[in-house]
Amino acid sequence: MKYLDEYRDPRLAATLLEAIGRAQTRPWVIMEVCGGQTHSIVKHGLDQLLPAGIELVHGPGCPVCVTSLEMMDKAHAIARRPEVIFCSFGDMLRVPGSGGDLFGLRAQGADVRIVYSPLDCLALARQHPEREVVFFAIGFETTAPANAMLVERAQREGLGNVSVLVSHVLVPPAMANILQSPANRVQAFLGPGHVCAVMGYREYEPIAARFRVPIVIAGFEPLDLLEATLRAVRQLEAGQAQVDNAYARILGREGNPAARALVQRVFETCDRKWRGVGEIAQSGYRLRGEYRAHDAERKFEVAAIATREPEVCISGQILTGIQKPQDCPAFGGACTPLHPLGATMVSAEGACAAYYAYGRHLPAAAGRPAESGGRSADEGPWGPPVGAR
Amino acid sequence: MCLAIPGKIVGAYERHGLPMARVQFGGLTREACLSYVPQAGVGDYVLVHVGFALSRVDEAEAERTYRLLQEMDQLGELEAPVVREREGEG
Repeated sequence: MKYLDEYRDPRLAATLLEAIGRAQTRPWVIMEVCGGQTHSIVKHGLDQLLPAGIELVHGPGCPVCVTSLEMMDKAHAIARRPEVIFCSFGDMLRVPGSGGDLFGLRAQGADVRIVYSPLDCLALARQHPEREVVFFAIGFETTAPANAMLVERAQREGLGNVSVLVSHVLVPPAMANILQSPANRVQAFLGPGHVCAVMGYREYEPIAARFRVPIVIAGFEPLDLLEATLRAVRQLEAGQAQVDNAYARILGREGNPAARALVQRVFETCDRKWRGVGEIAQSGYRLRGEYRAHDAERKFEVAAIATREPEVCISGQILTGIQKPQDCPAFGGACTPLHPLGATMVSAEGACAAYYAYGRHLPAAAGRPAESGGRSADEGPWGPPVGAR
Repeated sequence: MCLAIPGKIVGAYERHGLPMARVQFGGLTREACLSYVPQAGVGDYVLVHVGFALSRVDEAEAERTYRLLQEMDQLGELEAPVVREREGEG
């Protein structure tokens, strides 16, 4: 535990909070993009510690959450086939499709397996040449290098019984989509640190310039998030809109070039439907043509599946920073982590699940100004002094 | 699952043409592919995501991040079953 305190030091946190309070002269809305950041912010109550004029809204960066219902149903249709060994990261197994989840399918006899690494599918395919090994290739840019390697190795080894159901999503198009919305409230972003560890942050520069928004690449430790918030507020106050790397101890502008190169060799961008949000142009990856022999959608000819989300769910508004979990009438009642109704409750990294896990659905935590999504006009631009809340 | 987990490389070898490592995460050891950080070796700390090392980190960063992920209950992926190279192995 010898290194633990450096990034949790309450005095350092207080110093940063005071600096944010001093830098800020008017209200600002800042979105953290990554689900891990959301989880950390809610766990440490950072959104409640910040000066009242700084509102954090939670972005779409939980890949489990945004995997579309159609894709879940395709996964289920493939997993039901007797010749298939269906492999997935563990988080996907309890995500409900239209007719139950993958755990339920497994209980009914489907061969559904949790794997740690996509490469585990290669070992399974070698062991079971008579079976079809299908991997549910989901995730943001962080899992793409692993999934690209699975496909590349399967191709190279001639493992014709390996295929992937690709449902990759990309962060920059989702950010642009939020900024383009007429209802947009987001004025700056805390960028996703681990995504940028792979991809670097060049792709974010045109977004910052085009939409005039500061983007500060952030880690997910409390002090990382506070420092990135301070840097974002300083840019906002100065009228700047640049990409700033507050996570330089982990990543540089180019990310991991070797990982990026293989991702770009195996995948190409395509339109992608996001659960709760809808289709976003060029916001996903699909396999390039030369790898189509490993495309599970093509191999198993899964037809388009019509699906419907519960009407009460406002996850699309939450994923785009327009509303907060407490604004939903179902939050904590009809919709809980055990019985999720929509995207933001299905995984621990979703905003609703994080709010629920840390008791934000309980009456004592409800209705605080920092969480309500709006600010009362008589609070003034400065808000209460730091430390008073 | 959008967060990478830091661990220490305790062994390095090749399998089916890929550079692989045994990586220690707290009390658990799992396999990771080193293709994307070919310069990393035994004794180095790396950020690992779904079985792939993505970047090198220093020891202090590794320990701090690991503890935070532990507190946030974000280490679940390490508990996924181990797939052996041959069934019945290990």
